[in-house]
Amino acid sequence: MIVIRTPGRLSFRLQPRVLAVGTVCLLLTLAVGVLAVGHGEYPMSPADVLRTLTGGGSPAEEFIVTQLRLPRLVTGLAVGTALGLAGAVFQSLVRNPLGSPDVLGFTQGAATGALVVVAVGGSSAALAGSAALGGIATGLLIYLIAWRRGVHGYRLVLVGIGMSAILTGVNGYLMTRVPLMSASRAMLWLTGSLDGRGWSDALPLLAALAVLMPALLACAPALRMTELGDDAASGLGVSVHRVRMLLLSGAVLLVALSAAAAGPVPFVALTAPHLARRLTRAPGVTLLPAAVIGALITVVADQVALRALPGQLPVGVVTGVIGGGYLVWLLATERRAGRL
Amino acid sequence: MSTSRLGGSGLRLAYDRRVVAEDLTVAVPDRSFTVIIGPNACGKSTLLRALSRLLKPATGAVLLDGSDIHRLPARAVARTLGLLPQSPIAPDGIGVAELVARGRYPHQGLLRQWSPDDERIVAESMAATGVDDLGDRLVDELSGGQRQRVWLAMALAQQTPLLLLDEPTTYLDIAHQIEVLDLCARLHEEQGRTLVAVLHDLNHAARYATHLIAMRGGQVVAAGEPRRIVTAELVEEVFGLPCRVIDDPETGTPLVVPAARARAGTVAR
Repeated sequence: MIVIRTPGRLSFRLQPRVLAVGTVCLLLTLAVGVLAVGHGEYPMSPADVLRTLTGGGSPAEEFIVTQLRLPRLVTGLAVGTALGLAGAVFQSLVRNPLGSPDVLGFTQGAATGALVVVAVGGSSAALAGSAALGGIATGLLIYLIAWRRGVHGYRLVLVGIGMSAILTGVNGYLMTRVPLMSASRAMLWLTGSLDGRGWSDALPLLAALAVLMPALLACAPALRMTELGDDAASGLGVSVHRVRMLLLSGAVLLVALSAAAAGPVPFVALTAPHLARRLTRAPGVTLLPAAVIGALITVVADQVALRALPGQLPVGVVTGVIGGGYLVWLLATERRAGRL
Repeated sequence: MSTSRLGGSGLRLAYDRRVVAEDLTVAVPDRSFTVIIGPNACGKSTLLRALSRLLKPATGAVLLDGSDIHRLPARAVARTLGLLPQSPIAPDGIGVAELVARGRYPHQGLLRQWSPDDERIVAESMAATGVDDLGDRLVDELSGGQRQRVWLAMALAQQTPLLLLDEPTTYLDIAHQIEVLDLCARLHEEQGRTLVAVLHDLNHAARYATHLIAMRGGQVVAAGEPRRIVTAELVEEVFGLPCRVIDDPETGTPLVVPAARARAGTVAR
């Protein structure tokens, strides 16, 4: 543990391992980002990319980087950050490694919102907005049903699983109502894709991150206390209900808006916080590393989907395969450790 | 009657519609080791929850230093009143020193995360509970008795003049029960803290308490020094248990000996 104390009686605490993991993952993410921007029909070297980003590129390069490729990268980064952060919050609140938005039904709710627009017909902006609303409405509904003198972790998981089953059914029904021409658009959206994302897709999520990320990080110490149990946390002076309400709504907003930006990219919210905990070996929740790792997973998965596999797959296919495999491995090891 | 920083009057305690206690009045004498006893479901843990701000009374108010505890900010309460709940959860992979350090939470802030005071007080708390040599061990690896001492160290690190303990000896074997209670008695005597504990074992309560609150059916049946109030009649009234009360040969405090089962063929004496 590193302690920094200033003459003004301020003091800060840092875990060296958490700091190291966070920094390494951040640098990796930036490196992958530079490579991603350089990739395409007009290939650019990392040096060219950096030159263009700092304002030294030709007008053509400028256009390719800032208008064509950067929006996709930034959307991917924002979605990954939001999902990693929200996943860490959920898992800590629910005290269960399976407490991710994929399992709890928020993602399916967002999909329902999107499918309604596809079925009725509407612009991309309407689709995104409706997806966000669907996610938020599902969050509210689950919260209302699970509420009883405060949300109990286990109940939230059970209600969430029930809700996601119902919504999967609803989504299946909506798919049959979608005009054939729109079905492929719906399917692509449901998988989670970063194809053709522009600045207008990234902006709402970026704005939400700018507000919610500091807010969630400020709640992190209180969140860490609630991991001791509600009673112990109250005894330590945490207003458990208020903190939980704040964190839940923040995390639901992030998940809903990231679904609006890129569709329900699966398993990032489940995998990122786990990897963060394993790599940092920190007891309790580590929001910032989870956010960075979420971003890293998402952009790496997008690059794998684009380059390594034929046919330019959507990013959700890759995160689904990686995340699903990770989940199976996790269940196996947790079972062996007797924790599930 | 001595002064009291913590107490409540006219308390109606209920979960949803199930009323546990009605018109309950209690006072915790300052610098006492108060123990609440009573049969299962008599409302003793509920009373402790109300005293520790976990349960808001339907009517009446719990007063801490003269103010309604539910109107005080959570953090301010946590700097005066500590609580060790019945089954706190140790997060996976947390170390002993790290867990004890969490007791400093109500004294910390985003810009004051680890002051020299925090460091000193955590070390002192670990020394006081005899876990200073376990600092780097994982809490999961400890025995039940060691773990309970670690939790006590966390509660001590909170540095509150009042400390509430909900059944601190449950799940421990007899040797560890005595170890934890001896530790509580020492903290009470040496550090002058006011302790309030819910205990199941009447004999432990009679031996360690300086002030005993006996409850039945949501009511306080008797309150006072164990030597004055623990009688065979009281035990019969509170627990419905026929018994004899003799002097504890070790401490001279009241010792409750349950009556033998009347067996066929034996003559009742």
